[in-house]
Amino acid sequence: MIEIKDLHKSYKMGSNALHVLKGINFTVEEGELVAIMGSSGSGKSTLLNILGMLDVADSGEYTLDGVPIKNLNETKAANYRNKFLGFVFQSFNLINYKSALENVALPLYYQRVPRKERQERAMKYLDQVGLKEWANHLPSELSGGQNQRVAIARAMASEPKVLLADEPTGALDSKTSYEVMDLIQKINDQGNTILVVTHEDDIAHMCKRIVYLKDGVIVEDKKVKQVRASAHV
Amino acid sequence: MFSRDNWNEIFQTIRKNKLRTFLSGFTVALGILIFVSLFGLGNGLINTFDKFFQEDATNVFYFFPGKTTIPYKGYKSSRRIEFENSDLADIKKNFPMFLEYVTPRITRSKLVKFKEESDNYNITGVDWGHQFAEKTIIMKGRYLNVQDIKKKTKHAVIGRLVELDLFGARNAIGKYVDVGGSAFKVIGVFQDDGGDREERGIYVPYTTLQLIEKNTDKVDQIVVAFKPEMGYMGAMAFERSLDKFFKDKKFISPKDQNGIFIRNVADQLQQNQQFARVLQIIVAFVAFGTIIAGIIGISNIMVFVVKERTKELGIRKALGATPKDVISTILLESVFITTISGFAGMLIGIALLGSLGESMAEDYFITNPYINTGVAVFATLLLVLFGAIAGYIPAKRAARIKPIVALRDE
Repeated sequence: MIEIKDLHKSYKMGSNALHVLKGINFTVEEGELVAIMGSSGSGKSTLLNILGMLDVADSGEYTLDGVPIKNLNETKAANYRNKFLGFVFQSFNLINYKSALENVALPLYYQRVPRKERQERAMKYLDQVGLKEWANHLPSELSGGQNQRVAIARAMASEPKVLLADEPTGALDSKTSYEVMDLIQKINDQGNTILVVTHEDDIAHMCKRIVYLKDGVIVEDKKVKQVRASAHV
Repeated sequence: MFSRDNWNEIFQTIRKNKLRTFLSGFTVALGILIFVSLFGLGNGLINTFDKFFQEDATNVFYFFPGKTTIPYKGYKSSRRIEFENSDLADIKKNFPMFLEYVTPRITRSKLVKFKEESDNYNITGVDWGHQFAEKTIIMKGRYLNVQDIKKKTKHAVIGRLVELDLFGARNAIGKYVDVGGSAFKVIGVFQDDGGDREERGIYVPYTTLQLIEKNTDKVDQIVVAFKPEMGYMGAMAFERSLDKFFKDKKFISPKDQNGIFIRNVADQLQQNQQFARVLQIIVAFVAFGTIIAGIIGISNIMVFVVKERTKELGIRKALGATPKDVISTILLESVFITTISGFAGMLIGIALLGSLGESMAEDYFITNPYINTGVAVFATLLLVLFGAIAGYIPAKRAARIKPIVALRDE
């Protein structure tokens, strides 16, 4: 599903260049649930941003679902993001003046899905994350965990190939974190490919595979026995 | 671009961001309102000037006799100049191609009686052309004609207020009034836009008045009307030749400014219209400044709006909004708000001008303030256009910004 070869990325910081990714080689198969771990500054968020086409690599190859991702202009990147990827952010990034339902329907709006179908599909995904009753509430009227579930529903609504989650539990307490991870596991159980960036060990062990990043290189890549989050809820 | 979804999206952002909507709408509406009001009031000022000079004909010269101040050709200074009938005949003889009509004016104040009612009125002896020089409007009956002048008839045309004073509700036409001891038949009643003073006057043939006054041939003033098609330059040239003609005939030094006075209505009109035009330019300049201020205002707000929405736009981009989507979201919203509020401001301004109407004419010299609809619409569209351009530049920058940067923005 995801194939990257010799990925490099550096940021210019004044006169010095900060080499963040120093040759990453990495493959993800369909249906995997991968945790990317590392201390802050290890390059894990940069890797996720490049995978999410929110940022571009300096060199290296990136293939997503058999499509080589290169020479992207803004419009093309927007279309690929819309078609291939779903995002879940640490700070939810919901649009604060739109209701839960409208937030979930937004990626479908940019896919030019007709209004009625959009509403129906958005409602279906809200139902999946258990927030059907809250469809018409604004993000400010929902708790942090509920907001993150709305964000996950939004990420899933466009039926992406890969779900990218950047510290999805970073802003949540542990009980809510496990609820969100339970939801992510369930979505993975349905066959969806998911990448989770985290620095929390317990969250990482709820995935099926952990990739450790340190100073811009992969230091360890291992399959783990998945801990079901439902056991902690 | 104009699908129902787009409009839903715009209406939602407008509803949910009232402060933003209010700020940009208010700026545009106020700018247009001030522009329309200023421009309209400027036009009102010009209307007052025009009206001021429409009371009398503008193609006439008034000649007033004076006193010489320079000795000339054997005549001493301080000689009083007088006009007489031969002057009228000479003008008609010498300048037939320039002339529309010539009329003298002999003004007297006399006691006028009808039965028990009496009062003093201005009696003006005139020729038939005087009706056009003063723009006298005949309400009933007729004005003096060529026959009246030639036959020295005792006919009188009386003002509306004279009729009211002497006859009350009765009809004055055909009745005889006593004018300073002679009986005159009322043949017409007139009104005049010049006001009450003018309507308390009586016109009689100047020849009749001269006959009563021991058959004199003197006249007080001479009014010369030229053909309007001569234009301003022609009129000025004609004035100079008339001046020279009179000075020659009356033996007045060409350098003497006080022998004869000429009031040239066309020249005064020209000067006053020029003054009004300068006023209009000043007003237009201020109004233009208002529009510029409005444009700067809306530009500032657009920059602020885009800045405020950076994160939201980043989210939208992460969810698959293309740069085109982002730009059109911002632009459609801004154009929609500025158009609606711009036209609202324009209509309020026009309504305001309409409601003022004549009410400011007395105290502020502003008559019927109005603005050409084309000008108002043009100014409004200009503001909308510049609002859009001002929005486009930051919108384009926002569309180019990487979503990851936008998302980091708090």
